[in-house]
Amino acid sequence: MSLTTFSLKRSIWVYHLSAGSCNNCDIEILDCLTPRFDLERFGICLVGSVRHADVILATGIVTKKCLPRVKRVYEQMPEPKLVVAVGGCACSGGIFRTGYNMAGPFDKIIPVNAYVPGCPPKPEAIIDGVVKLIQSLDGKLPKKKVRG
Amino acid sequence: MAEKRTIIPIGPYHPLQEEPEYFELFVEGEKVVDIDVHIGYNHRAIEQIAQRMSWDQVIFLVERICGICSTSHPIANCNAQEDLAGVEIPERAKYIRSIVGELERIHSHLLWLGLAGHFIGYNTLWMWVWKYREPVLEIFEHITGNRNHYAMMRPGGVRRDIKEEDIPYLMKVLDELERKLEMLTKAALDDPVLAARLKGVGVLTKEDAIKYCAVGPTARASGVPIDVRKDDPYAAYDLVEWNIITREEGDVFAKTVVRILECLESIKIIRQCLEKLKKVKGDIAVNIKKMPPGEGKGRHEAPRGETFHYVRSDGSNNPVRVKVRAPTYVNLPTCKATVPGESVADAALILASIDPCYCCTERMMRVVDRRTGKMELDGKDLIRLSQEKTKKLRRELGI
Amino acid sequence: MVQKDVITKIKEALKGKILFWEEKSPRRHYFGVKKTDIVPVAKYIFEKAKARFIIASGIDTPKGIEILYHFSFDRQGGKIITAKVLVPKEKCEIESIAPVIPGAAWIEREIQDLLGVKFLNHPDPRPLLAAENWPEGFYPLRSEYRDEEFYKDSDKENK
Repeated sequence: MSLTTFSLKRSIWVYHLSAGSCNNCDIEILDCLTPRFDLERFGICLVGSVRHADVILATGIVTKKCLPRVKRVYEQMPEPKLVVAVGGCACSGGIFRTGYNMAGPFDKIIPVNAYVPGCPPKPEAIIDGVVKLIQSLDGKLPKKKVRG
Repeated sequence: MAEKRTIIPIGPYHPLQEEPEYFELFVEGEKVVDIDVHIGYNHRAIEQIAQRMSWDQVIFLVERICGICSTSHPIANCNAQEDLAGVEIPERAKYIRSIVGELERIHSHLLWLGLAGHFIGYNTLWMWVWKYREPVLEIFEHITGNRNHYAMMRPGGVRRDIKEEDIPYLMKVLDELERKLEMLTKAALDDPVLAARLKGVGVLTKEDAIKYCAVGPTARASGVPIDVRKDDPYAAYDLVEWNIITREEGDVFAKTVVRILECLESIKIIRQCLEKLKKVKGDIAVNIKKMPPGEGKGRHEAPRGETFHYVRSDGSNNPVRVKVRAPTYVNLPTCKATVPGESVADAALILASIDPCYCCTERMMRVVDRRTGKMELDGKDLIRLSQEKTKKLRRELGI
Repeated sequence: MVQKDVITKIKEALKGKILFWEEKSPRRHYFGVKKTDIVPVAKYIFEKAKARFIIASGIDTPKGIEILYHFSFDRQGGKIITAKVLVPKEKCEIESIAPVIPGAAWIEREIQDLLGVKFLNHPDPRPLLAAENWPEGFYPLRSEYRDEEFYKDSDKENK
């Protein structure tokens, strides 16, 4: 196991990216910080800037107006980059799939490493998704996928 | 002489706001002189998707307009469809609708209170309030099956009943919540730092509230006593006793007080509805076999204000038009009246005080020096400024 | 002396300007107005009758673009009255009511984006919702875009 993966598995810093969501998944992500679920006891903390983040928690369908900004946020993230799509909309577009302002879902724009479906997924499911992703890394970091 | 103005960015991705939106603050030194709001980041083409859905599918679509006021859009849309069809829902359904609507009001106001606490640097308040909010979400999961997006409403009534054996559990949770809320009210009203930080900040005058057609706690805190539940009663709001909460000052403190007291009124309403549910039996929905051609207008007092839906039908199974107007749409422009003249450290708090829900609004804050085009301050600096101001006030007050 | 109902007062004051009046129920009313009369009608309802402007909604119909202005009488029986105006597609413009009702500024910008109606003398006619990467002349709520076929190609476009 490389030093990077070892330290990554100890303490994960997540950045929350909302690109055209109804805000429910976002509230459930914030709920993870509250005393009931308390993400911080796992060493996971929410950071304010993507430059400090290990994992992006992405929500929303990605509207056309958000598209260039989503790409920019992903570029600003330091390697190794991991993206978790949280919620039905981020996974597949959900009920808004057929709208004219849809530029996503996320995996059409940036590489996604894990999907947490639900509308919204419960905080337990979100934590489970992030932890499973980190465990699955065991020793290897994801190769950089190039998307057209 | 060239004007020295700087613009401060808040957005599109900013830790203060969960949703992307874009505020441009034009400042001179420490004072904000103008503000511009750019939205469009959350525009998900809901009105257009609705035209291809059937009447009952539209309810599931509009529920997902907003996660926090998740049931207010279904209630407004059901009111509009029932207005179109000319039906009245059964009495039991009325009580259940009011119960779900008021529980949502409590959860939404508590959410806002926690976030407001975070903005001013009281993270303990944030954690405590969101902890008190959890039992409300548990009630939702118990009676509807989900913590959010409850799927309780259908045109003609409600989709699920509240069982008799659940009522004592609900009453118990409400009693506990009421005790905590009363403690919170006293703590908030007595705290000298909160008073110094929030009183007189971001005042929205009554004239401006009327000019911008503001609704909800934003308007009620400025002395405009409008509330759809009293003005245009629906569901069980004219079958139970409760009061409209208003304040005259129009500042952030007034908005906070209005919201906390409204939570207590909501508990009063829910208790009365639960008592009535024990006595009123019967169906929970009427079947609307076919939607006649015509138009319907429905509204609901969401936690942020009046939510208005307009529907038009040509007699077929799909609506010709669904128009959604969320309360934040009319409350957001009031920032043009409340933010200029205030300091940069207060700007983010004033914007948060209207309890903006951008996902309802459409569906996106930045400072740049006008002369050089360079970014002077970013979003993190703004939270830091806001929290530092609180610390400074505490020192001055000797706390 | 019996107080006149607010609906009666409006009907009297705006006599020449109302094309038709439909009372769907005691609290829901609809009336027709010529597009050239909308500003004085809105001014009267907002300033004299003291109604609150709720929102405007636009619909693309075979007769033209219909704009509905919804007003609420909060403390006078909770009535919602709706003024209906028809704007022909060939000359798709109408006078803005935003100088009279500042709360109408945003919705007029939105109708401009989604239906392509031009609001004359609007204090701030910038796009509200349209993204920079929307194609020119794309008015999503117009009936030509209601067809599912139109969206089959949007998947290719998003790649």
